[in-house]
Amino acid sequence: MPLLHVEQLTHYFGGLRAVSDFNLDLHEGEVVGLIGPNGAGKTTVFNLITGVYRPTRGRIQLDGKDLVGMQSCDIVSMGIARTFQTIRLFRELSVLDNVRIGHFSQARYSVGAALFRSGPFRRQEERVRERAYELLETFNLSRYASSPAKALPYGEQRRLEIARALASNPKILLLDEPAAGMNPNEIDRLLETIAWLKDRFGLTIFLIEHQMRVVMGICERILVLDFGETIAEGTPDEIRTNPRVLEAYLGKEAS
Amino acid sequence: MHSDVLKSKRTLLLIAAGLALSFLVERSGLVSSYVLQILMYVGINIILTLSLNLVNGYMGEFSVGHAGFMAVGAYMASIVTVWVFRNSLGWLAFPVAILAGGAAAAGTSLIVAIPSFRTRGDYLAIVTLAFNMIVKSLLENIEALGGPRGFLGMNRLTNLVWVYVWCAITIYIIRNFVYSNYGRAMLSIREDEVASNLVSVNTRQTKVLVFVISAFFAGVAGALFAHLVQFINPRTFSIQKSTDILVMVYLGGIGSIFGSILGATVYTVLLELLRPLGVWRWVVGPLMLVVLMITRPTGIMGLREFLGFVPREERAERRKEGTAIAAASR
Amino acid sequence: MAEPLLSIRDLHVSYGNIKAVRGISLDVEEGQIVTLIGANGAGKSTTLRAISGLVRPSAGSVVFRGMELSKLAPHRVVEAGIAHVPEGRGIFANLTVYENLKLATYSRKDRDRIPADEERVFALFPRLKERLSQMAGTLSGGEQQMLAVARALMTRGRIMLLDEPSMGLSPILVQEIFKVIAEINEAGTTILLVEQNANMALKVAHHGYVLQTGEIVLAGAAEDLASDPRVREAYLGG
Repeated sequence: MPLLHVEQLTHYFGGLRAVSDFNLDLHEGEVVGLIGPNGAGKTTVFNLITGVYRPTRGRIQLDGKDLVGMQSCDIVSMGIARTFQTIRLFRELSVLDNVRIGHFSQARYSVGAALFRSGPFRRQEERVRERAYELLETFNLSRYASSPAKALPYGEQRRLEIARALASNPKILLLDEPAAGMNPNEIDRLLETIAWLKDRFGLTIFLIEHQMRVVMGICERILVLDFGETIAEGTPDEIRTNPRVLEAYLGKEAS
Repeated sequence: MHSDVLKSKRTLLLIAAGLALSFLVERSGLVSSYVLQILMYVGINIILTLSLNLVNGYMGEFSVGHAGFMAVGAYMASIVTVWVFRNSLGWLAFPVAILAGGAAAAGTSLIVAIPSFRTRGDYLAIVTLAFNMIVKSLLENIEALGGPRGFLGMNRLTNLVWVYVWCAITIYIIRNFVYSNYGRAMLSIREDEVASNLVSVNTRQTKVLVFVISAFFAGVAGALFAHLVQFINPRTFSIQKSTDILVMVYLGGIGSIFGSILGATVYTVLLELLRPLGVWRWVVGPLMLVVLMITRPTGIMGLREFLGFVPREERAERRKEGTAIAAASR
Repeated sequence: MAEPLLSIRDLHVSYGNIKAVRGISLDVEEGQIVTLIGANGAGKSTTLRAISGLVRPSAGSVVFRGMELSKLAPHRVVEAGIAHVPEGRGIFANLTVYENLKLATYSRKDRDRIPADEERVFALFPRLKERLSQMAGTLSGGEQQMLAVARALMTRGRIMLLDEPSMGLSPILVQEIFKVIAEINEAGTTILLVEQNANMALKVAHHGYVLQTGEIVLAGAAEDLASDPRVREAYLGG
């Protein structure tokens, strides 16, 4: 059984069809890429999977459980975390707090325990703090722990966003253009990070990217979206030479 | 570890000293009854300001009808002391009445919160404005509660010691809330609600929770107020009163406990000093709000906190702040 | 050679106690494309922001056609003939595509040439023409980027500051946007380009500067930089 099963996913904005009959089976440990022209509906697919929009039609299942109609926070708690195309950190809050907020669903104490700082509260808080620091350490960010997120350099902000996403203990990580704004050298380092993350956290990764260096470099399988429709699916080599993909997306020079 | 114990002892000592001082000031006649009254207003206003700061400052929503919740608390507490306890039992009845006032306000806030937090957007300001007006006109039309003439018959149960105790409780509880999982969720809603929901924060529940806690303390403040002035009428809890609380929040600084204490104190004392201005003094509040919004929209303390109000486990990180960035930029 | 169109001397910019730009000097000759390359946080965007008056330099001068810019308000800088396409686009999300374009012509004196420019922009970005009445905020990321560039074109500045125009664009659009940049330049607009895609940037530019932690560490003709082993290793991915 696939970890994530998406079937005939369709979404309209008003009369505009943004995504139509999108199908995806994501198996554990895979790295799958989603590419396509700007406005093809790639981010919309992410938004549908994570419950930001409710699909007009279709089915989304994680481990056989239906996700359609659930609130985003519950979907994330069940194991699908994501990052954003443009960085969406909690800018004024500390780096540590950004990651601790990612742990929200794991701190299990009542409101009453919080208001009176009971024993369970202290123990849970200590655990959350430790795990947040572990994550920061993993991403080499712990020296910034008390700085506001907005003060970090761009590349570190991108890393922090991934750290925050991992705080919710996901099985699947959705990355929306992780290499945006990076130069080729930085992209190479990002590739190493993603490969390492996958092993370290046992992740299944589904990513949107325009940088062919990333897509061709780590994806085992690629889906191509154009005007909301899947126009191609295959291995990097198959995609690279697919005439429809060349025409709609890669352009002549890429081949 | 040893110094930690010492420090927490010092905090307790400080709180106890405050309590003793409030008792002394109340009983000794060191200050005039006028000054005593102002001190109590300051305390009540601290509770109001801090509780509104939770919604407007920490969470970044915009509630403008805080006086409505204060009214619910004031009337409910008065009903409890006058009708239920028939002014018997004295001091013993008072905490029950205050808690009843807070609970009533918190309950009422659920009615406001659930529909207005269902959708994203700026509905809360409109809904709370309407709520404030509805509460006022309802009270004006319920004859049993005195209608527009108001409700009286309360004994003067509020004194400086009570005000001090409730101030301390409010500060303690709100501080604990802010520095918890729920508090961080509240802050993340201010920063980016969509992102917050997408990193597993149940934003809808958090918003309702914050709103209910905020209203509870507004109710407590109302209860203390009612048993200080011994006479309440609907006009007291008008939009004007709500505006005053807004001014105190934004003057002292959003998202700051110390800011709220500062804002409430400065504004309350200022209004007293401006008494000679007569009715013109009511222009001061709205005017200050406008000037503040233009010049320093986050207030005097603006998202900063006096270290004394930060729990010890959180303090270490605050101290390091700045040094990490300076090191990183090198 | 005549005086450069834009000339920066010993520019310093700080954010709080972080020094983002430390003594940059550079020239942009009329009619050229000049590119700034470097890692994230090197101070490229900050330099552009200092030119257009969005941040105040702590020291140094920015001279454009003999005029000192560093003391001017941002809207005066636009009037002087500088069009800035910021990173992250800065479009008006709640206005339509057409309204966004119209706003860009606000301070233009040559009203009669606006329709022709509109045609030119639509020819470059047919996608925008299809979406004229759509709210800009509902455009996809790449479309917003096109709108931001289109808007800068509509202001018809003497010089255009482009901050990462290829960010978030599909490969085919990246090729297209660089083609557009070359075309705009051939039609007479001078361009100062900040890009992460250093390969493409150096291909299209005449001259380039390499920034590292707020300082210029290398400068030269674009083709020389593109073949410089140090640049290749650090920014072009080997």
